[in-house]
Amino acid sequence: MFLLLDFIPFQPSPGLAIWGLVIFLLFWAIMAKVAFGPIANALQTRENDIQDALDSAKSAKEEMANLKADNEKLLAKAREERSEMLKEAKNAKNKMIADAKETAKEEASRIMVQANQDIENSKKAAMMEVKNEVGAIALSIAEKVIKKELAGNSEQESFVKSLVKDINLN
Amino acid sequence: MSRNIYSALLIFTAILFSFPAISQGHNHDDHSGHDHDSHAGHDHGAHEGHDHAAHAGGDHDSHTPNCSGDHGDHKYDPAATAIHHISDANIWSIMEFPIPLPMILKSDAGIDMFMSSKFHVASMHHEDGHASYNGYVMHEGSAYRVNQAGFPMDGSVDHGPFTHGTEMVDGKERDVKFVCYNNTPYRIEQRTTLDGGVLGGGITNFWDFSPTKNVIAMFLSCLILFFLFRGAAKKYKTNPEKAPSGLQGMLETMVVFIRDEVAIPFIGKEKYMKFFPFLLSLFFFILGLNLFGQIPLLGSVNATGNLTITAVLAIIVLILVSVNGNLDYWKHIFWMPGVPTFVKPLLAVVEGMGIFIKPLTLMLRLAGNISAGHIAILSFIGLIFIFGDLFGGIGSGMGLAVATPLTLFMMAIEIIVAFVQAFVFTILTASYIGAATEEHHH
Repeated sequence: MFLLLDFIPFQPSPGLAIWGLVIFLLFWAIMAKVAFGPIANALQTRENDIQDALDSAKSAKEEMANLKADNEKLLAKAREERSEMLKEAKNAKNKMIADAKETAKEEASRIMVQANQDIENSKKAAMMEVKNEVGAIALSIAEKVIKKELAGNSEQESFVKSLVKDINLN
Repeated sequence: MSRNIYSALLIFTAILFSFPAISQGHNHDDHSGHDHDSHAGHDHGAHEGHDHAAHAGGDHDSHTPNCSGDHGDHKYDPAATAIHHISDANIWSIMEFPIPLPMILKSDAGIDMFMSSKFHVASMHHEDGHASYNGYVMHEGSAYRVNQAGFPMDGSVDHGPFTHGTEMVDGKERDVKFVCYNNTPYRIEQRTTLDGGVLGGGITNFWDFSPTKNVIAMFLSCLILFFLFRGAAKKYKTNPEKAPSGLQGMLETMVVFIRDEVAIPFIGKEKYMKFFPFLLSLFFFILGLNLFGQIPLLGSVNATGNLTITAVLAIIVLILVSVNGNLDYWKHIFWMPGVPTFVKPLLAVVEGMGIFIKPLTLMLRLAGNISAGHIAILSFIGLIFIFGDLFGGIGSGMGLAVATPLTLFMMAIEIIVAFVQAFVFTILTASYIGAATEEHHH
């Protein structure tokens, strides 16, 4: 029978077992503390950072897209508003012009009416004055004629004639 | 600056990889010329017809080799060489240059602490010592204790070569090693193992608590990983906003892979953070050692191919899974809902065994795969010596020509295996943890 003991590397040796145990446990403890723990944590942290960065980049992209869409919307709205405003302005302008025209017309007609009235009034006044003047003149003439008649015929006649000559009808 | 280090490392590794056959071949040249005592004294025929009853008086039923005998058997033994090279050792030979390691040994005589240089291991000498220290000797890289009266158990004495014999224990033939001293063989005891006799080992006359080659390799590998990851972790701290670069990027790829393909799919996004550092530690510990063992010229460290180390990892996994198992998990093991009542005890037995079989498979799979890879590479390199034994110098050349591409190919495969096995161990652990912590919705 093959004795495993004859195969020296497979002999369970007490010294080697103790040393192996001590060295491995020390290796495990020290490496976990000094190297593997920190490295594992650093890897974890870095991976989280990368994930966060990717996530935030994605959200930023989304935000940007949203922002752009908002901007577009705002722009469209602004454009619409502008055209609306323009339209309103135009309407207002037209209305103002129309109103002004109306007012002007009214004013003009009112002025015309006023003027006509004034003219009429002035005419009436003038006529009145003429009438009064003519009456006065006629009276004065009549007065003078009467006075002359009292002095001579011929002379009266020539006098009337000179009087008539003097009347200057304007 | 770090980039320069990578380039240098890359070039260095490339150079190392391009000379595996040469480097390892150099290693083995010495083996082929060395006395392979393991075969010299190994004579099974001598036992036939041996009267076992005569040895009932507590004496070892043994075939004791003769120290002054003829060791002229120079045959290369690929299996023994491969196993020796993937075994743990109390000495670290880098290109046959032996680096002594600390020894911590415990026996009835007390605790001995010294450097393995006390064994006087000569370069290119098969990691066999030439001197004993307090009754300990070094054979094939491992420390043993002499267990026979007459050998000086105090201080240092020079001793001769090692020989192998056999003895009968409970009707089974067992290898026994001897050390020669004053031309007399002295029995040396097996090393203490923790299998309680199940695998043929047990507690012997000494315990070896030394930081062996595998221990030093684990320590170095962990240290390298620590500095690599600390550098990367610092970058995360100082520049959390910066994209990863250089080393940090390379490590992050693997860390993220473990997280996204292993931790999260099996354990879930909410709970994985609790186990993530453990899974990473497991993955990089195994991967580091797998790759460390693949570096040529570094003595082919076989830590993750060593059952003891994989067993330690598997036991930790078992404890972690059991501690974190929720009520549902235990209910599904011991009283499976949704099946007829008479099936429930049956399933409880099967599932109860499963608790232990799962880590057992983890343990065997990793050790088996990595050891197998090392053995395959060593076997391909061994072709050089097999051919050399058969055809002499020309044969060695032929062997080199055959072994080089095969070894390079195998090494490339082993790099993949290093990653795959670390990944498999981790993903299965994650699946066990995931099963234990899963919330069931019936």
